[in-house]
Amino acid sequence: MDYSQFLGMREELSLLAVILLTFLIDLFVSSEKKAENCGNECSLEGRPCARMMWLTRVPIVLMLVHTVFNLLPCGAANEATWTSLFGGMYLHTEMMTLIKSVLNVGALIVMVMATPYLMRKENHIKAGEFHSLLLFTLLGMYFMISAGHFLMFFIGLELASIPMAALISFNKGCQKSGEAGAKFILLALFSSGLMLYGISLLYGACGTLYFGQMAAALSAPNLISILGLVLVISGLGFKISMVPFHLWTADTYEGAPTPVTAFLSVLSKGAAAFTLMVILTKVFSVGPFVEYWDTALQLLIVLSITVANLFAIRQNNLKRFMAFSAISQAGYLVLGILGGTAEGMEALVFYLAVYTFANLGAFAIIHEVEHHSGKVGISDYNGLYTTNPYMAFCMTICLFSLAGIPPFAGFFSKFFIFMAAFKAGFEVTVFIALVNTVISLYYYLLIVKAMYINKNEQPIARFNANISSTVAIVLCVILTMFFGVFSAPFNFLSYFGFGI
Amino acid sequence: MSNLLLLSIFVLIPLVMLLGLWAARTLNQVRGVMVAGSTALLIHAVYLTFAFLAAREGGNTDVMLFHDCVEWFPALHINYEVGVDGISVVMLLLSAVIVFTGTFASWKLQPLTKEYFLWFTLLSMGVFGFFITIDMFAMFMFYEIALIPMYLLIGVWGSGRKEYSAMKLTLMLMGGSAFLMMGIFGIFFGAGGNTMNILHIANHTGGATAIPLAQQCIWFPMAFVGFGVLGALFPFHTWSPDGHASAPTAVSMLHAGVLMKLGGYGCFRIAMYLLPDAAQELGWIFLILTGISVVYGAFSACVQTDLKYINAYSSVSHCGLVLFAILMLTKTSCTGAVLQMLSHGLMTALFFALIGMIYGRTHTRDIRELSGLMRIMPFLAVCYVIAGLANLGLPGLSGFVAEMTIFVGSFENTDTFHRVLTIAACTSIVITAVYILRLVGKILYGTCTNKHHLELTDATWDERFAVICLILAVAGLGMAPLWVSNVITDGVAPIVDHIQAAAHHVSTCNPFM
Repeated sequence: MDYSQFLGMREELSLLAVILLTFLIDLFVSSEKKAENCGNECSLEGRPCARMMWLTRVPIVLMLVHTVFNLLPCGAANEATWTSLFGGMYLHTEMMTLIKSVLNVGALIVMVMATPYLMRKENHIKAGEFHSLLLFTLLGMYFMISAGHFLMFFIGLELASIPMAALISFNKGCQKSGEAGAKFILLALFSSGLMLYGISLLYGACGTLYFGQMAAALSAPNLISILGLVLVISGLGFKISMVPFHLWTADTYEGAPTPVTAFLSVLSKGAAAFTLMVILTKVFSVGPFVEYWDTALQLLIVLSITVANLFAIRQNNLKRFMAFSAISQAGYLVLGILGGTAEGMEALVFYLAVYTFANLGAFAIIHEVEHHSGKVGISDYNGLYTTNPYMAFCMTICLFSLAGIPPFAGFFSKFFIFMAAFKAGFEVTVFIALVNTVISLYYYLLIVKAMYINKNEQPIARFNANISSTVAIVLCVILTMFFGVFSAPFNFLSYFGFGI
Repeated sequence: MSNLLLLSIFVLIPLVMLLGLWAARTLNQVRGVMVAGSTALLIHAVYLTFAFLAAREGGNTDVMLFHDCVEWFPALHINYEVGVDGISVVMLLLSAVIVFTGTFASWKLQPLTKEYFLWFTLLSMGVFGFFITIDMFAMFMFYEIALIPMYLLIGVWGSGRKEYSAMKLTLMLMGGSAFLMMGIFGIFFGAGGNTMNILHIANHTGGATAIPLAQQCIWFPMAFVGFGVLGALFPFHTWSPDGHASAPTAVSMLHAGVLMKLGGYGCFRIAMYLLPDAAQELGWIFLILTGISVVYGAFSACVQTDLKYINAYSSVSHCGLVLFAILMLTKTSCTGAVLQMLSHGLMTALFFALIGMIYGRTHTRDIRELSGLMRIMPFLAVCYVIAGLANLGLPGLSGFVAEMTIFVGSFENTDTFHRVLTIAACTSIVITAVYILRLVGKILYGTCTNKHHLELTDATWDERFAVICLILAVAGLGMAPLWVSNVITDGVAPIVDHIQAAAHHVSTCNPFM
């Protein structure tokens, strides 16, 4: 065996190292201090005890090292070739390093943002697991993205789903959280089952599950392979939470702890959307198939964007609201897949990055407000500007970016993704999506209106934001403000031409 | 000074102002930043005008002067590309004047003064950026930057049904920009997808190819309606009266004075210039719509009782005239269109400023409750009369010059269709006279019936300053129009030539021809 192949998997290996170290820290620190009751020492305002310092800060530092390490490009520029390792089980291009880096940054922000949540007294005992579970799902996403074989892909998908269910029901005593976790795992298993059925049909049609060989075997569409294609799309549609596979989303988002919701709304979606693109363009790359999945995706996009927008208008719980907003954003994200073009792929990765910053920023603020006041209703935010102007201001920037208002990054990413889809020849879909941006602007403005215009007798009291939340929020806001106007990130993306 | 910097200063100054406002702690610091910044903008706009004239004197015949280009997103052929012609120069000058006077008109605005000026400055940054760039992406970006602050400016600091109006305005304008974005994509990819530069697309240079007529006929209505919504094109004008009526004074000024001009400018510069065949082919539809705008707006103004609504409908009528004139497609009428943008910008700003000042004292804008103001606040009343006379086109003031040029230019078209429309649009002058004179007679003359109004005071120094600046500009434009109109014709001529040259046929689908 050629051990140098492991070098191609450097992202996975370094993430695995981070996970193992996180595990070990939990083990050693806990055993040492297990008997010690840190009680009020770890209260919100006070200095956290040593154990919590270790458990929350060290994984973040490790993750930061991992992120930076993977941001350094080691491939040659314009490396458009796909290297396949381990006999084709594992695929790799520079683009995958980039998408993994986007996920890394997202996970890092979620970890930072979750610190005050883990500092709560009821979470002390399980604080160590939080990061491990989170990073395991991330590892699953890595494998899902880099898979070159349906089996590998499925393992990755499951690794990304099952720890997720544990994270969603992380609030042990809370009924809603448990319910959300149960809903998630049941529907995830159901969709996995559907997808497995689809994969087995495909196996029947091709006699192999290697992506490369399947593409050659699937020359002409027949009933079995089309059914397989549809089932695979539905399985991933569940992960991306596109309409009509979105029914779990709102309840799960509402019940899950807010940092987990943030993670779920950005990273799971992004990884699944990227994987969908890889599978569609690698496996179903023959002309007639492309037409089939283009049609299917157009339908899903139009449904997702429109239905989610209409539902979002009626929400009053901010987390449910963000759930529907995320569904419609997923629709825009998938626009990049249409046609399977290189421009679409670049636009998709860029969109995902920008969406990550804006959405995580919004969730960090929701989390911080919830942490201090326990309120998540939109009407609770009435008059937020009078008491917490900086929070309201940052929220406005994040929402404007989500709505695609310049000069924030969301405008650029939306423009690019529409441009890519337009170029691929989907003018009508682009037009429907554009009309929907106006509807989405309406409901994002409702929040802005609540914060700035609506009067409130008892607005959320003034609070001093937790230091780690502040870091997360400021980071997100700065990235949101400058990621588009300064063209370097996008040019960096397009500099690494991407082979499709 | 490099060309890039020379023009980018219009965006950089507002940026610095934003930072300054962010750092400002007291009211006086906020005002200081605003006055310094808007004065700098005004001085620079004047300087640019003279630099432009000097360059033309020097024999520079490029369409766009001070052209410069920085790569932005090379993979998508998007650049930050700046350049100005005669039209943009006068538009920049207009914007600078309005921002400058708008600052003084909102001198005493409460509460949240700092936030107000932050959004105000962001809006002006969008406006300036839109006029200096010649790259479609950059133009579109600045266009949207200019739109969104409106929501908060009206929603937070407005009056009356402000939340409804703010939302309606924002959504309608953003809906327009959804159409516009389709139009931009259509133009970009129709021309080969190699350049976003409008000069390249128009002249088929720099990798651009001619856009087939069938495609032009799809994208032209989209782009034209996209900008037309902002230019108060009938039937998409309904945001305008509500928005103007609810907005605070300086925002109304900026909105009617500058923002609505973005619509006309965009229709001319992007929709018609880049899609010339379709502009000839389908122009008649929009010509009828703008004709309706002109007459309908004037009639609507007659029956309103709120001062701001009257002025807002009058804006619909006058902005309709801008679009009407550019669709007439003669050099004279297009020059008139730009003159009308200038003239309408200045006099509407003046009008809204005065209405704001009167409202600030009487706390009512209902003309049934106002009377005899001439006795109580003579300065404001006299200025109001001047604004009214400019509005109805009295010779010697800007309105006359603009409308005269437009109607003469429109009549240069020899066919019946255009001439009948011109005559119909001319009636708006008479109707304008009706509502302006009635208004002036009702609220300024006669005896004051409201005892509380007798104790009111006349304008303060900051108000006088803002108003006098605007009156000087209005009168200056009316008395020495050639100075400006030469600059404008210089910019208009190549565009009109281009559109006329591109069309080998007159509209084939117009049933009225």
